[in-house]
Amino acid sequence: MRYTFMRRVRRGGTVATLCATTFALTGCGRTGTESNLSQTALDASMRFADYDGGTVPGGPGAGQGYAIGSTATAEAIATLNTDIGPGGAELPSGSGTVATGRAVYAAKCALCHGANGEGMAPAFPRLSGRDPNAEGFKFASDPKLPHTIGNYWSHATTLFDYIRRAMPHATPGSLTNDEVYALTAHLLAVDDVIPDDATLDATALRAVKMPYADRFVPDDRRPTAKK
Amino acid sequence: MKKIIQPAALTRRDLIASAVGTVGGAIVAGLPTALSGQSALSARPSDPVHALMHLGGTTSPLGARSAFEAPTRAPFGETTGSSYTPLQDLAGNITPSDLHFERHHAGIPSLDPARHTLTIHGLVDQPLSFTVDDLKRFPQVVRQYFVECSGNGRGAFRDPKPELTAQKVAGLLSTSEWTGVPLATLLREAGVQPAAKWFLAEGGDACLLTRSVPIEKAWDDAIVVWAQNGEPLRPAQGYPMRLLLPGWEGNINVKWLRRIELGTQPWMTRWETSKYTDPLPNNTARRFSFELDAKSIITSPSAPDTIPTPGWRAVHGLAWSGRGRIARIEVSTDGGTSWTNAELLGESQPKSTVRFQYMWEWKGNEATLLSRATDEAGFVQPTRSALIAERGLGTDYHFNQVVGWKIERSGKVLFHGET
Repeated sequence: MRYTFMRRVRRGGTVATLCATTFALTGCGRTGTESNLSQTALDASMRFADYDGGTVPGGPGAGQGYAIGSTATAEAIATLNTDIGPGGAELPSGSGTVATGRAVYAAKCALCHGANGEGMAPAFPRLSGRDPNAEGFKFASDPKLPHTIGNYWSHATTLFDYIRRAMPHATPGSLTNDEVYALTAHLLAVDDVIPDDATLDATALRAVKMPYADRFVPDDRRPTAKK
Repeated sequence: MKKIIQPAALTRRDLIASAVGTVGGAIVAGLPTALSGQSALSARPSDPVHALMHLGGTTSPLGARSAFEAPTRAPFGETTGSSYTPLQDLAGNITPSDLHFERHHAGIPSLDPARHTLTIHGLVDQPLSFTVDDLKRFPQVVRQYFVECSGNGRGAFRDPKPELTAQKVAGLLSTSEWTGVPLATLLREAGVQPAAKWFLAEGGDACLLTRSVPIEKAWDDAIVVWAQNGEPLRPAQGYPMRLLLPGWEGNINVKWLRRIELGTQPWMTRWETSKYTDPLPNNTARRFSFELDAKSIITSPSAPDTIPTPGWRAVHGLAWSGRGRIARIEVSTDGGTSWTNAELLGESQPKSTVRFQYMWEWKGNEATLLSRATDEAGFVQPTRSALIAERGLGTDYHFNQVVGWKIERSGKVLFHGET
């Protein structure tokens, strides 16, 4: 196989600084090292932003590639790539009603998740329910409050993506897109996110807003050691 | 001439290795009759005195543990299960590969390395696929890191029962020496476009597990690994290749890695919304809380041990942090009233476990042993009550509360989780 090696590497702003400060010790960015000891230091602490074709002795040189691997064709990628992002741009054609979804659920999902989405702990999680005590995203206060699609999930697109790739548990990937739309509609309707007479297709699913989507926050953990 | 010991002279325990002896007897069938006819071959004594007088076992193609050692994982569930590492049976840092904890969500696939590939696509100049043999042609790195499930310790946090063992409290933690190729090397081959800020990693298991990762992790220390502790990955650890994101919660170290897609934003997969988010008391939940916090556990003594007699003993255990090296490990023998620095056994490696020890003389009285880790980023292991105050009893992941063991006057060891 042949392909053109393209040099287009995004480097973080800290890389050059780190490289400069460790250069004397590690021989950062050079072919070969001063001693085996310095190679050891390099392995333990060096960021891979610095680990390019010039790092390992005998290599093609800084900024050069190894030309290993095979070209992935668009067709091959299309077979693998089924993910649906939060914007739903990748959603396929097809549609499903809540009523259809109710029937598919009873036939293919209820065995593990229960007739009403109550789940079977611990292997098969609860899916549904809007317990008034669990409204308001108060989950930190009580581990018994049930997390369900309606009271916890942030994006409706996630439901379509996960059902299509991973469900049913024993026969994943066996559902048609219409069945996935229908199941998504059923589960959203049971949790009062969409009306019972709704039909979901790509456009309708993209428009669904989950009740507690705004409750997710970035990681803000901070050091706690006394100075 | 050596005296032949009659089997009748040996106790039942002395003959514990007799099953091994039978196998050995079959293998040495070609030996002269005078040797192979000895009773020792079918009933090999295990007490040191008698063992001197009998021929030992034969060479073998695959090693086995001593018949006197039988560490086992503790499995829970089946195709959505986990299996806990017996931390109390381990020494040093490395977890033997057959005791590495398991956690999977749709069973363990059996993947043919000749047909499995990793495809890198999305915001790259040249989409590429790599077989394991391709990966092995790249320069390799060898590094020691722990992997920990971010739900490790949930039971001990929510319901700290006295009968809990080290295996149950913290057994979703294991440490290996990993061999692989930096993900950065593979991304350079494909040529990452400047707009790429995140990548999606997808596993080749039945649930096609997907997680979104900030691309900065690839330029830092992410590895696509194909070997663990001197041999190819075990199936439950992602054979033939997995993603290793040092220090980050276990779930994101995607096993059976088959696809990496470069994109501009996270995908909001099931594993970063419904699961692996941390509810907080202000009615929000943290998302993308990747790093595992500084943590430690004493593994000896631990429940259900009974300390047989008063006297000196080495108290030892493991400490680790997803944010770098362990800077300090303290031990308390009085339930947390006073703390003393323990010894780190060997140099602390970043994002790996380090074993610590503290010499303690048990005088036959009640005592409570605790350990507390501080990492080089300045994070200190909190008490359980401090963690509850900060995150609530209902928080779901990242349980790094101080835990330990209560020693009763009888020497019986019980879990002490209400710190």
